[in-house]
Amino acid sequence: MTTPPSTPTTASAKSGRRIPIERLSRLGVLLALLFFVTVFAIGSPRFLTIDNFINVSRQISTNFIIACAMTFVIITAGIDLSVGSFVALSGVLMAGLSVNYGLPWPLAVVLTIAVLAGVGLLNGFAISRQGLQPFVVTLAMMSIARGLALAYTGSEPIFLTNPTVLALGNGYVGPVPVPVIIAAVVGVVAHIVLTRTKLGRYVYAVGGNEEAARISGINVANIKLFVYGLSGALSAVAGTIMAARLYSGNPTAGQDTALDVIAAVVIGGTSLFGGVGSIVGTLLGAFIVGIISNGLTIMNVPYYWQLVAKGLVIYIAMLIDKQARSIRQR
Amino acid sequence: MTDNGKVVVEVQNIAKRFPGVQALKGVSLVIERGTVHALVGENGAGKSTLMKILAGLYRPEEGKIIFQGEEVVFRNASEALDKGISTIYQELLLCPNLTIAENIFLGREPTSGPFLSREIFARCQRELDRIGFSDLKPGARIADLTVAQQQMVEIAKALALDSKLIIMDEPTSSLTPGEVRHLFQTIRQLKENGKAIIFISHRIEEIFEIADHVTVLRDGELVASTPIGEVTYDDVVRLMVNRELAISLSQRYEGDIGEELLEVRNLSRKGAFEGISFTLHSGEVLGFAGLIGAGRTELMRGIFGIDPIDSGQVVIGGKAVRIESPQQAIRLGLGMATEDRKHDGLFSALSVRENMTMANLGLGPLTAILGFVRQRREAQLASSYVSSMDIRTPGLATPIISLSGGNQQKVILSRWLMTNPRVLILDEPTRGIDVGAKAEIHRLIRQLAQEGRGVIVVSSELPELLAVSDHIIVMREGIMTAQLETADTSQEEIMTYASIKRTENGKE
Repeated sequence: MTTPPSTPTTASAKSGRRIPIERLSRLGVLLALLFFVTVFAIGSPRFLTIDNFINVSRQISTNFIIACAMTFVIITAGIDLSVGSFVALSGVLMAGLSVNYGLPWPLAVVLTIAVLAGVGLLNGFAISRQGLQPFVVTLAMMSIARGLALAYTGSEPIFLTNPTVLALGNGYVGPVPVPVIIAAVVGVVAHIVLTRTKLGRYVYAVGGNEEAARISGINVANIKLFVYGLSGALSAVAGTIMAARLYSGNPTAGQDTALDVIAAVVIGGTSLFGGVGSIVGTLLGAFIVGIISNGLTIMNVPYYWQLVAKGLVIYIAMLIDKQARSIRQR
Repeated sequence: MTDNGKVVVEVQNIAKRFPGVQALKGVSLVIERGTVHALVGENGAGKSTLMKILAGLYRPEEGKIIFQGEEVVFRNASEALDKGISTIYQELLLCPNLTIAENIFLGREPTSGPFLSREIFARCQRELDRIGFSDLKPGARIADLTVAQQQMVEIAKALALDSKLIIMDEPTSSLTPGEVRHLFQTIRQLKENGKAIIFISHRIEEIFEIADHVTVLRDGELVASTPIGEVTYDDVVRLMVNRELAISLSQRYEGDIGEELLEVRNLSRKGAFEGISFTLHSGEVLGFAGLIGAGRTELMRGIFGIDPIDSGQVVIGGKAVRIESPQQAIRLGLGMATEDRKHDGLFSALSVRENMTMANLGLGPLTAILGFVRQRREAQLASSYVSSMDIRTPGLATPIISLSGGNQQKVILSRWLMTNPRVLILDEPTRGIDVGAKAEIHRLIRQLAQEGRGVIVVSSELPELLAVSDHIIVMREGIMTAQLETADTSQEEIMTYASIKRTENGKE
């Protein structure tokens, strides 16, 4: 009954970061990843090669970039359904600015990211200041942004020719594709912000208990504005890479993005109820989603069956998450 | 042991363990019909575990339950309910959007053919009349009722099911004194009708008012089970905590009260409180008494900037200020531990350390450039509070949710102490907390005042207010009805200012 009061030294020695259960649920994800890798490795000799690993990494890089922002959003107990439309809108905007208006590409890219951050802030404004549900707001924005992208281009792609811009999607630094490098930088920064800074702590606080966060002196509305703004900005980063990769700003790009990104985040152990989640988990989640598409494609499974498989994986992941949660609550 | 006709339930040698804890170690208990059996113990003593075993939520590893002469094994809650054991939890389990009738008949709704029958209201009324709860209207929505009325609905539900044993988990914790009296009347009536009642409470004085028999648990063991007449208040407390408590009602600080820290002038918010004025000085503990719904919590939330105020002024350190957010309030040197820990205090997914420093992060000393948290400094600060507040936790990284209520509350108090407030508002600081932790919190409140801070304590427990405060303000229906010197007042006097005299207006 009497635990001796801990002295500063012993307590700080024991202050290792997260709680074990979370590691457990992450372990589940890791096992799932291993399982799929094994299945595909048996299914096709081309799967477990360095070339294919690089390939998968490049395929998931854009989704992972958005998923980093989505992790922030979902930890605050929100959701952003508009990211797919943002990918399309940012792609055509970047292409339009550099091709139609002849802006130098770095300016076009920066401007695009800024504009999309602004559009994301609009989501945040409607959610935090006008008190609307994130689901509804971003659903509406999904439609608006897609519509704008189609209207701006007359639903025709805008072709990109500048080799430097195209390198954003197709280039390599040594053996590493440029999108993978960008994604790695985004991921590392996102992880550090989430785990080491006040901002990150507040994101967890807002999602864990909004009222308590407010009473603790946290400006909840600003945190929400930030996460949705971030979601817009990182969607634009991904949209730019995607446009470069497709050699064009395409208004129909990013149709599956919202699903894949949310799936990656949730499979990675971030709770839709908010307050819990990590970038490391999201990385694992993104790999699982990516490997399923990649592995099934290599095994010549048709696209529609891939959709079925993806859905089942999301379902199983949620089941694992629920188990882990019930253990946590004992 | 006694003649078997009287025994409703007999628990024999029940043991239950959870990962890492032996929650119950061979507890035996006999409960007779027509009696109120109080179950007391500190948090973590095993009361809830025992209760949940009887309610069919947990299965014991060892031991038997003999209910009305036959051995029973409950696999789930509805089996216990079917046998006649009802439980009324602290957090009431009613559907707030449904009516009383719909709640009472939940799961066994009268139907006509494939459709729900309108019969339900008439049948509910008959049922309520039968058990003497005619005050309740079958068509009223649960959400529109007071907590006390909701509790009556839960009791009605248990009676409608013809339960033999009714377990009440801290039924008085959110009731006003008047409502408690009403509840006790109901309990006495149930007793006369031959029901057995297990009554769990942290308020020891209540047990002496209502119970026939008291059982004390400590660390999963039964330390005493005796008729109430054979023990005293102090005996029970000593059995519970196994240590003498240095709590005394006359420990008030007699020194001088200092400069003015906070002045509130004519503060109003429509529908919540009106024309409130008071002054808080350095070294002073100001108690707020009143019934639930008197507007005390709303007033504090208004002062702290959680809810907007309509008119009036707040003056801090001689300067009039407008506080529009808690953030501002904290910067001005206010702190506030709110009433409902779970709802607006705890970050249950976060650790003890993160919970502790949450209000402090925004103030600067714990963060470096770009908002990086100074991890080492944070850990040192948190662990110094863990030891100075004597918080029982395995470590700083422990999720706060796995701590007992008293320790959770100490973490939240630490959160506010860390911000070094000149004025600290504590709304029901000891609700749902065991006796030991309560005494520690009382001492802490006095100590804070001696350090020259001003402390506001809102509490529904009058003995608590009388113990810790220098002055007591009484509120009723949003207005201040009295400002009293603690030394010259009594529970009775406070109650007269706090309660509405039913006879005067003819209605509540």
